[in-house]
Amino acid sequence: MIAQVRQRLSPPVIALLLAIALFFAGGLINPAFVNLTQAINIVRLAAFLGIIAAGQTLVIISGKEGIDLSVGAVVTLGAILVFRLSNGQNEALLYAIPIALAAGALIGALNGVGIVIIGIPPLVMTLGMAGVVQGTILVLTQGQLVGGTPPIMGQLISSPLIGPFPGVIFIWLAVGVAMWLLLERTRFGKHLFAVGVNRTTARLSGVRVPLVVIATYALSGLLAAFGGFILLGFTQTVFLNLGGPYLFPAIAAVVIGGTVLSGGKGSYWGTMSGALVLTLIDSLLRAMQLQEAYQLIILGFILVLLISIYGRQSDLRQ
Amino acid sequence: MNLLRLQRYANRNSYLFALLLLVVVLAINYSLQPSLFELRVLNGNLRNWFPLMLLAAGQTIVIIGGGIDLSAGAMVSMVNALLVGSLLTAESTPDEVLLGALIACGAGMLVGAINGFCVAYLRLQPIVTTYATSFIYAGVALYVLPRPGGAIPADLARTYRSTPLDIPFVVYLIVLLILFWLALRATRFGQYLFATGGQPNAAYASGVPVNFVRFLTYVLSGLFAALAAIALTISVSTGNPRIGDKMTLDSIVAVVVGGTRLSGGQGGIIGTVMGIVILGTIRNIISFANVPTWSQTLVDALIIIAALTGPGLIRLIRRRFQ
Repeated sequence: MIAQVRQRLSPPVIALLLAIALFFAGGLINPAFVNLTQAINIVRLAAFLGIIAAGQTLVIISGKEGIDLSVGAVVTLGAILVFRLSNGQNEALLYAIPIALAAGALIGALNGVGIVIIGIPPLVMTLGMAGVVQGTILVLTQGQLVGGTPPIMGQLISSPLIGPFPGVIFIWLAVGVAMWLLLERTRFGKHLFAVGVNRTTARLSGVRVPLVVIATYALSGLLAAFGGFILLGFTQTVFLNLGGPYLFPAIAAVVIGGTVLSGGKGSYWGTMSGALVLTLIDSLLRAMQLQEAYQLIILGFILVLLISIYGRQSDLRQ
Repeated sequence: MNLLRLQRYANRNSYLFALLLLVVVLAINYSLQPSLFELRVLNGNLRNWFPLMLLAAGQTIVIIGGGIDLSAGAMVSMVNALLVGSLLTAESTPDEVLLGALIACGAGMLVGAINGFCVAYLRLQPIVTTYATSFIYAGVALYVLPRPGGAIPADLARTYRSTPLDIPFVVYLIVLLILFWLALRATRFGQYLFATGGQPNAAYASGVPVNFVRFLTYVLSGLFAALAAIALTISVSTGNPRIGDKMTLDSIVAVVVGGTRLSGGQGGIIGTVMGIVILGTIRNIISFANVPTWSQTLVDALIIIAALTGPGLIRLIRRRFQ
């Protein structure tokens, strides 16, 4: 019975239903939890996580233990570059954003080269790169974080833009549409899934595997830097570990959204649902005002439970 | 031609590159710090590195078996909190210390068994599962010891620092660790371990209890995390519920620098021991080479990337010249 339901419902649908159920469950714990302001607030928080998890989705689909642990550091770098280069001037964003995105893409491309050309496992390559990016940030800033956030970023990202909805929600929707088009409607998307399923067959059917992998990691870097820019619009200031806390939640969001860590299967709208679920759980635990120890323990159990619903690998017997 | 031969050696002895790297970094460190091999300095370094060495040893076993353990650091925090927060005080008798250590090992194996059960029997993906369980262990650590503090008997630190027969006490422990690995590798479990990590389907088809082997690798990882926590607790003589958080990623880097492949089925603890010494020596070099403070992180990361790139580059150059 459960197996039949599981077959009919795809992981993204389960995650989305779960998010809605969790939201109303929040009302049972605290009636003040269920209202439009709170809902908008949760979607807004999920948007940051979701945008940061976009690149991770692509990398994980590319397979061969694909994972990008440099995302947190690149988010920080993107935010710091925009903060410093724009120095609080709206017009300066015209070059600050492209430079930040290019820096992210370059870092990602280096990851891709290390992984697909030199053959370093993605986990350690991107972990090492995270250290390099953190180190570069320290060298560049010498610990002095000077700069400013252009006022237009606050208006476009975190303040209400249309009605009560802040701009980041629309930006997230736009990222979602762009990711869907990229994955489902472009040649790159088709090649990416082919590479994720099996690199040898992809190569034999004419896919230029190294190019696809490098482009995927470059996109991940670019999207992480973009995530940094968006996050800056929310925090209005930078600090040295701005992106770090988003790294593993982003991976968890991807997995909860049904993208398989072994690659070749997944969707961004699953990741979006995953980001919503994770943010809701976090908000619920906060609303319950538990001690941090209990919060962590409950979060751990819920994560294990979520992963066990559909994160299971195939049986050896099959 | 020489590269070719080197490559063939490197394939057979996965830690050959680590050994080369070890000699190079030790030589550089020695030229910057002539007192490196004096008993006092040697003892200090090894004492600082030993807890991470134990943790990375457990990580090595999991990785050879085809998994990964992202909860390793949280398990160290948990056991450290248990030891200082509820099992020991500064006035504990030797019997109480022994009992406390045994309970700590049991706790480590228990949480390792939870990881193992989820990964091996529920077939959950190792990376996210151990990441998720790490929250539980971090929460338990905070529950047992809400804030840093506490103490353990001072005698323990004295023994840990001692140098019987003019050899640091830690060296005996490292020799024990290596003997344990050589013995483990010779057992049937050892053979099963490499088969499980290398070719799980083939291993399953030829009757290897793949799931049980995977389960055991996580139990061993929990045990080693507990041992690492005991060594760390003695070394710092106090408790901190977040003490191990940063150790997880370091343990994985050490395993890879030591020549164990992340894809499983190959490698060993001897390489990992070298990996830890390499990482520690690199940090020594950076502090003795007068690298400006703000550049230290970058230099450290660049050297680690270079160390990771080495074996791959040899393979790449070899392919180019064929």
